[in-house]
Amino acid sequence: MRFSFTEEQEEFRVFLRRFLEDKSPTTEVRRLMETDEGYDDAVWKQLSSELGLPAVHVPEEYGGQGFSVAELAIVVEEMGRALLCAPYFSSAVLATTTILEAATEEQKRTLLPPLAGGETRATLAFTEDNGLWEGSGVEATATASGDGYTIDGAKSFVLDGHTADSIVVLARTPGTSGNDGLSFFIVSGDADGLTRTLLKTTDPTRKQARLEFKSVQAELLGQEGAAAGPLAKVLDIAAICLANEMVGGAEKLRESALEYSLMRVQFGRQIGSFQTMKHKSADMLLEVELAKSAAYYAAAAAAEGDDETPALACLAKAGAAQAYMQTAINTVQIHGGIGFTWDNDTHLWFKRAKSSEVFLGDPAYHRELLMQRWDV
Amino acid sequence: MSEPNEADVRAEVSAWLKENWDPNLGLVEWREKLIDSGWGAPTWPVEWYGKGYSDMLGRAIDEEFDKIGAVTVARTGIRNLAAATILVHGSELHKKKFLRRILTGEDTWCQLFSEPGSGSDLAGATSRADKKGNKWIVNGQKVWTTSAHHAQYGLLLARTDWDVAKHKGLSYFILDIEQDGVEVVPLKQMNGHASFNQVFFTDAEIEPEFQVGELGEGWAIATTTLMHERRGADGLRRWQEASDRKGRCYEEEAEEIAHQLEPYKWYPQRAGRVDLVIERAKETGKNTDPAVRQEIAKLMIMAKSAEWTARRARAAQEQGQAQGPGGSIGKLTSSNVAKQAAHVHTMITGANAMLTGEDSPMDGTIAEILVSFPATSIAGGTDEIQRNIISERVLKMPKETRMDADMPFRDVPRNVVPDR
Repeated sequence: MRFSFTEEQEEFRVFLRRFLEDKSPTTEVRRLMETDEGYDDAVWKQLSSELGLPAVHVPEEYGGQGFSVAELAIVVEEMGRALLCAPYFSSAVLATTTILEAATEEQKRTLLPPLAGGETRATLAFTEDNGLWEGSGVEATATASGDGYTIDGAKSFVLDGHTADSIVVLARTPGTSGNDGLSFFIVSGDADGLTRTLLKTTDPTRKQARLEFKSVQAELLGQEGAAAGPLAKVLDIAAICLANEMVGGAEKLRESALEYSLMRVQFGRQIGSFQTMKHKSADMLLEVELAKSAAYYAAAAAAEGDDETPALACLAKAGAAQAYMQTAINTVQIHGGIGFTWDNDTHLWFKRAKSSEVFLGDPAYHRELLMQRWDV
Repeated sequence: MSEPNEADVRAEVSAWLKENWDPNLGLVEWREKLIDSGWGAPTWPVEWYGKGYSDMLGRAIDEEFDKIGAVTVARTGIRNLAAATILVHGSELHKKKFLRRILTGEDTWCQLFSEPGSGSDLAGATSRADKKGNKWIVNGQKVWTTSAHHAQYGLLLARTDWDVAKHKGLSYFILDIEQDGVEVVPLKQMNGHASFNQVFFTDAEIEPEFQVGELGEGWAIATTTLMHERRGADGLRRWQEASDRKGRCYEEEAEEIAHQLEPYKWYPQRAGRVDLVIERAKETGKNTDPAVRQEIAKLMIMAKSAEWTARRARAAQEQGQAQGPGGSIGKLTSSNVAKQAAHVHTMITGANAMLTGEDSPMDGTIAEILVSFPATSIAGGTDEIQRNIISERVLKMPKETRMDADMPFRDVPRNVVPDR
């Protein structure tokens, strides 16, 4: 099903859209983005316990719903559309997927049920101050001590890192480099020696933190030195999810620009009647539809475990980032002066478009990676 | 009446073909037999050589022909559009005289719609048909006419009333091309090919019975023709491919196809030849240039996403939903892909991009891309017209103001087309 959704999936989408329209109007987005936590606990509980959203792609044996990345992609697309402020991408997408890919069976049985149920929230800390979106950029070290490990170093750009109950950390064995010696660890959010600082971000709808580790006690997740493989898979799925989230936001912006152009009157006529506006709107539709096709196709491929998934992840991420940012720029432009004001909602999505363009690697990075993965 | 079961139809046509198909028959001889059986045009009405089947059954029948390797009725070119239009709007006489010879391939057709003065604004045609005595006398000029140089008949849109609004003064005719009043002159394009023609009418004659539909109905009938043309342009219809198998029927068909498709031989190049890009980059070593890699990736992302968008539109259609925006944006996307592909081919080819023909890479194929891609943004409706269509029909934005909608056509400002 790479070119269409099943009836069940369509129904799921309609249901989600209604829920999110209700729970995440821009008044709520504006309220939450001013807070440090950046989310509403009541809404999180509701989307966890009533809708089971953090459990979507978790297998049933770990307390999940047993769906695939295809359904996860629908969830994040709708969240991107509604600009929901919640630690969903950090916990359900990044941390949960890492545990699924890297943890031992026993760890999965312990860690996943509370995450799937939304009772606890985790995040993935892999990027550092150098801003590299790959394992080779990791400098934080993990040293064996007693029956555990201690982590030293710093992680940055960690989604919801300041509020997560537990943190999956990527660190390396001292003296190793590149993709060798990388392991995942799990650290409690309130561990001794861990300093969490909320970062001031352009996009206030998704919080980021910098984490400093000074001899922080950690538990190894999965096998020592074997994180590179699982990390690659996690980053592919994360890129595909982010692409789907981005096309959700892009479509919402495109619609808002169209709606405004049909409402706004200048020179005695709707500005949407000017050919320059019509042509811009047609191009915006084209751009968003193409990005949607790629995001959907990549999600379906990941759900099927297709070998092409890594390349498709790059393709979808680069395409969606380009389309989202361009749509955001055009949406501000179509709104004119009012589009540049704080009171107009466009900038909320514009800033999410910017942060998503860069997060997990910008389009140029993913285009280069695509060429490598296609052996060009 | 419900349709027969697909499996039964497949069995029936397959049995008939096993009994009757003979590659050593003459092409027309075989097609006569096929037409009489109803398997030649099964989606046509029962009274006119068909079986009244749906397009879906038609495709199943095509597959049975493929399996056995049997030659089909003639399908290339404008003759399809002529047949579709005649089936809907033609008189008994038209159907009797033309349909069968369209299927046998004995007659070739062309479409006489576009004019030098009316391209995007097709309804602004100024070629005129005036009734003199019992005949229609045609004067004027058409352009972009594929196959006019070997066609017997043309589908003509001509103005018969200058005192009414532009859409209302047009009538539709079938014109005999092989007469003194019709002159066909090849039109050389910027890429050096001459795939199209200009057609000049100087007191060309049409017998009154070759008017199609009522007087003043020309625009509505032309819309039928254009609808079938667009259906053919959705990328789903395959090019008919010549078989290299032995047998008189195959050989005559191969000759027919080569003849009919000759004008289209540069069409793959105008689309940008995305298929060549990666291979060429590797051959030239440009695959190591980071700037080139970025541009290749942009192209491939666009081309792949475009393909998947078209398939989403098709899937929606097959599930009985509205085709969605995917269908309308396909053509505009192809233009963007062609432009980016030409840009990338230029980067890859470097200084050699200044050369052409046998002095240039791939014996001129790359050079042909570089001077052919602009056609993609024009042919079959310009990019600008596509954007109007998308914004008005898909996005429901206000329609363009028309200055000429209610004005007698004689008063509408129009182009001055210089004399030859």
